Amino acid sequence: MDFITAQNLIFRYIDEDEQVNNENVKNVLDNVSFSVKKGEFVALLGHNGCGKSTVAKHLNAMLIPESGKLFVDSIDTADENEDFTIRRKVGLVLQNPDNQLVASIVEEDVAFGPENLGVEPQEIRRRVDDALKAVDMYDYRFQPPHKLSGGQKQRVAIAGIIAMEPSCIVLDEPTAMLDPKGREEVMSTIKKLNKERGITVVLITHYMDEAVEADRVIVMDDGKVLCSGTPKEVFSQVELLKRHRLDVPQVTELCYKLKACGVEIDSLSLHSDECIAQLTEVLL
Amino acid sequence: MRDIAFGQFYPAKSLLHRLDPRAKILLLIVFIVLVFCTANYYSLLLVILGVFSVVLFSKVPLRLYFNSLKMIIVIVLITSFLNLFYGTGEPVISWGFIKITLEGINNAIFVSVRILSLILISSALTFTTSPTDLTDALERLMKPLTVFKVKVHEIAMMMTIALRFVPLLLEETDKIMSAQKARGADMESGNLIQRIKALVPVLIPLFVSAFRRAYELAVAMECRCYQGGEGRTRMKSLHLHTRDYLSILVVIILIVGVVLCNVLLPQAVR
Repeated sequence: MDFITAQNLIFRYIDEDEQVNNENVKNVLDNVSFSVKKGEFVALLGHNGCGKSTVAKHLNAMLIPESGKLFVDSIDTADENEDFTIRRKVGLVLQNPDNQLVASIVEEDVAFGPENLGVEPQEIRRRVDDALKAVDMYDYRFQPPHKLSGGQKQRVAIAGIIAMEPSCIVLDEPTAMLDPKGREEVMSTIKKLNKERGITVVLITHYMDEAVEADRVIVMDDGKVLCSGTPKEVFSQVELLKRHRLDVPQVTELCYKLKACGVEIDSLSLHSDECIAQLTEVLL
Repeated sequence: MRDIAFGQFYPAKSLLHRLDPRAKILLLIVFIVLVFCTANYYSLLLVILGVFSVVLFSKVPLRLYFNSLKMIIVIVLITSFLNLFYGTGEPVISWGFIKITLEGINNAIFVSVRILSLILISSALTFTTSPTDLTDALERLMKPLTVFKVKVHEIAMMMTIALRFVPLLLEETDKIMSAQKARGADMESGNLIQRIKALVPVLIPLFVSAFRRAYELAVAMECRCYQGGEGRTRMKSLHLHTRDYLSILVVIILIVGVVLCNVLLPQAVR
């Protein structure tokens, strides 16, 4: 069985206080099924409000599907007794780095997770140092978070999750509030964690160029899974994506348009160097 | 603006900085009591010596101590001035119905010295102890209160979060004020009431965003398996070292000195 298996998830945000007819509330997740293998880097792509953040909160049992099943490492997330077991396995990094740091010193914030788990003090020390080194923030361990840049803060937030030693981290638009430099820092950290430590990564994003870096892309629209596959497979379906008002990476779009004009390009490239190679071949 | 908030801590490597924060808090309390137990000039002198040695040992620039005294100097002047006229006995100066007695003069001197040493010694604590160490030490010191169902861990957690978010909210206040000014809000002119009214468009967005942050933080804490104080461990454990025992010893000697002076020598104030 895969590390994460979602079967026909349906979810709605139901307002229990108000006497509205809940029958008419739209499904935020409408029959969503997917799976994530251990050690895989999956990007979940979609517009704002397409349900991708809702999926993120399902993955660590913050939300429970209304119907359908979600298994994390063969544990059903609907089992209330297992909430914290699941949260130890799947760490969730949120969008705003400011609102997820608890302590006013970097290393103490990273220690927050392991402290909650009741880990021994020496072991916490080891994990904190290890996690801070993993995200290249070890030199900043005595700094207060408000003196750091956005990218640095987000890396500290990732370290806080790594210190709990989860086998999977889910990042809910971790770069949405960052400047280009911060985005790059966070993306390379994520890739490094996936490659060097074998941590399963689910990256939720609406940036196409970030999704290209993943092993597999799942595209969501309007609460449904639109398509999934390797970045190459997904982004070659330019018409389908355009129909759902989604973009493709600029390079891919260029290739697509050239091809439409009759230039002989056999496959749509995802990276600029790949595209340059192709174009030089055509031109020479 | 960002530095006023708990910017009290002055990082340095002095003996005082390295003392156990728990010991520092307890010694501060003992010292404050001691300051108010002085009954004559000899014991007062001992306390002043104690305060000055603490100030010197802290390796914090004296300028910072002066700054913290500046805020309080008016109160010191007023209280000591009022104390001049309280006191029984033979008047030293009498001018109409106003009589100043020797006891009144003593009272005035004692009150001002006591307040000044109080400020100096407590600033020494905040200058040499980081806010996180302080909250940590408070949590550990208040631990026995859990017997009386005091939610010690929750209080400490709230203090930690408050310390974390004060600089953030200050920054946000700055931003909102600029945003409102850019929309033509006038915050600098008008009388007091008008100015307070002008703050409303700043406070409302600030509160809204504070609640949103609180919600997000709660989600983030839950994601990191926060389940309250039960079963929680701490990365840093505090241990008392020789220097802590030594400083406790010094304060005990000071207490004995003050008590001896009070008992053996004539009292100047009641």
